Parts: sequence; C-alpha cells; structure tokens
Amino acid sequence: MSNISTTMKNKFWLALVAVLALGTATTLFFQQKKAQASPSGYPIGATVADFKLQNVNGTSVSLSNYKDKKGVIVVFTCNHCPFAKAYEERIMGLDKKYASQNFPVLAINSNDGADYEEDSFDNMKKRASEKGYTFPYLQDITQAVAKAFGATRTPHVFILRNDGGKFTVQYIGTIDDNYQDPSSVTKRYVEDAVNNILTGKPVVVTQTKAVGCAIGWKDA
Amino acid sequence: MKKISWVLTLGLLIGQNSAWSQQVAMVKWSDVQKILNQKSDTTYIVNFWATWCKPCIAELPSFEQVAQNYKDQNVRVLLISMDFAKELKTRVIPFVRQRKIKSRVWLLNEPDANSWIDKINSEWTGAIPATLIVNNNKNKKVFFEQKLEYSRLVKELTDFL
Repeated sequence: MSNISTTMKNKFWLALVAVLALGTATTLFFQQKKAQASPSGYPIGATVADFKLQNVNGTSVSLSNYKDKKGVIVVFTCNHCPFAKAYEERIMGLDKKYASQNFPVLAINSNDGADYEEDSFDNMKKRASEKGYTFPYLQDITQAVAKAFGATRTPHVFILRNDGGKFTVQYIGTIDDNYQDPSSVTKRYVEDAVNNILTGKPVVVTQTKAVGCAIGWKDA
Repeated sequence: MKKISWVLTLGLLIGQNSAWSQQVAMVKWSDVQKILNQKSDTTYIVNFWATWCKPCIAELPSFEQVAQNYKDQNVRVLLISMDFAKELKTRVIPFVRQRKIKSRVWLLNEPDANSWIDKINSEWTGAIPATLIVNNNKNKKVFFEQKLEYSRLVKELTDFL
C-alpha cells in the first residue's frame, strides 16, 4: 500500500515538473517570438500574390501585367533615403540592362508620405520624370504590398521568376556589396541572380542583408 | 607678427579642445567587434542611426538621458552612425556638435553590411534605427529593430543591472 502511494506521489511530482517545464518553455518561446523584429514575408520559393498599385504616370500596374516576362526585379525604394539615392543610378542601370532581356525593374515606394514629404506621390512623379525612370514607380499607399513581401527597408530587392504565370521569389536582399561607392563593388548579387535565372540556373546567393532606411509604417 | 602667431596658436588650441570633447571616430567592423566580444562588466547600449534618419534623431535624446542617468551603474551608450564616410566632416561632426551629443559617436565605414549585420543580430533586417544592449560578463544581449523611447529603454536596461 505504501509502495503504491509512493509511486503515485512520484508520478504526481513528475507530472507537476513536466507541466512547469512546459509552461516555462512556452513562455520562453513566446518571449523569443516577441523579440523578433523582422516581420514575416515571402520566403525564398514562395509564390507572390498579384497586386495592383498606382504608377506615377497615372496608370495602375499589376504584377499580372508581367506574365509575358521571364521575371521581375521588384525594388522597394523611395525618394528621401540616402541609401536609396545612392542606389538610384544602379537601379536604373539594372532596368537598362535587363528590360531588353524580359526581366525589367518594378520600383515600389511604401513609405508613408506623412513621415517624409519627399516621399509623397507628387514628389515621386517629379523624381521619376527628372531622372527619366524607364520603369514604373508605384505607390503602395496602404503598405499592404510591402507587408506581404516582408520588405522592411529601402532599398530592398526581391527577384521574382515567372514560372508559367506564377511569380516565385528567387532572391531577397541588397543590390551589391558597397552602398557607398559603386566603383568598389565586388559582388553584384542582383545581377548574378538574374543572370542565373536567365540561363536556367538556380540562384547561388539567395539572401543578403544591407543597412537601409526603415520603411515608415503608418500608425495602426 | 608675434601677436598674430599668438592669436593663431590660441585659436588652434581652443579649436582642438572643442574637437576633443565631441570627436567622431571613423571605425571598421573590428572596432565594433572588440566592444561586442570584450569581457567586461559594462553594459553597452549600441544604437545604429544616421543624421538623416528621422526616427533615429527622435530617439537620440532618450539615449543621451539614459547615458547620463546610468553612468554610475556601468552603462555606456555607443552611437554608431551609418552616414556615408565622405560625410563625416560635412555632416556628422557638425550634427554631433550642434546637438551637443555627449555619448561616444562612431561612424562605421564598412559598406559590405551583409558581412556584419548578422553578427549584430541574426534577426536584424538592416533597417535603422536598431539597438543592441549587451553585457558580456552577465552573458546577456537583447536587440531591437525599432524606435525606443526612454521608458522602454530603462525597462530593458533594468534586466542588465
């Protein structure tokens, strides 16, 4: 009898310890989750949902407009950010090089114009015409597209491959390895990725990071 | 002539003194790594910012205030500017002087950010402002890719003291 009750007692304590451990683990897990700053977006390989945004020329542009292209270089950028400005010529260069190979640039500004007047739709129009952008420059006014992609900064590049009408993410990251000086660049991540896709090869470096201006989210 | 050289010398001395109190050092990644890896009781609040970044500028006074209020508790603030190296003298130093920033300010001239962002924190996407609080002797680290207000900063800091 005493043996049985000891066993039961042991079982009780074991169960209690297990419950406590589980509770602690759950708490730690959620704290860990909370500490994560990066919002979730499309991972590599994901299929991108179609979107439709206003272009600076007055038309609206959808991803589905690109169904006859081999892919799209989507660049989240803006007017005000010095990193975006430093990369502007290089973004224009990418379109110049790859649009003719059916792999054009699509620029999206998701910043709230209230944060930086420079990023307003009127100023986007001005910038695009002054610089002679050869690609659409779209305003993501609800910021839904940036959130879906998981774009957090400008510039932030997502290379999409057209897989028979479905656009899948093949690369996420920075354009190259030197934001300060284009002549000192040694790794051209976006060009390497697009070149590989165009020749039917898998992208080697699929994700990189860069310092950029945080996309200014509208207050919820 | 003697008078002129005396005035010049005096001017240089004063100029150097004010520069001394608000210097901005141009650093490489290895300098940052030293802070991150050194065995120390000091709690470092490392903030990544830039002179043109509005949310960064908005939170600078909170960092200055924390540095002032917790300096006796082994807390040091390190403001790492992501401004371009060529703008150190034209932008960053004048900014730091004008705002009378007392915390240590570095300009990290390491343009291949992909090589070091994950070493600050793997969750960092690269957007600024971003802040790391670290105490190596206590083996504690916490990272934020967001704005931090004074009260939040103090709350996070109490875990380190």
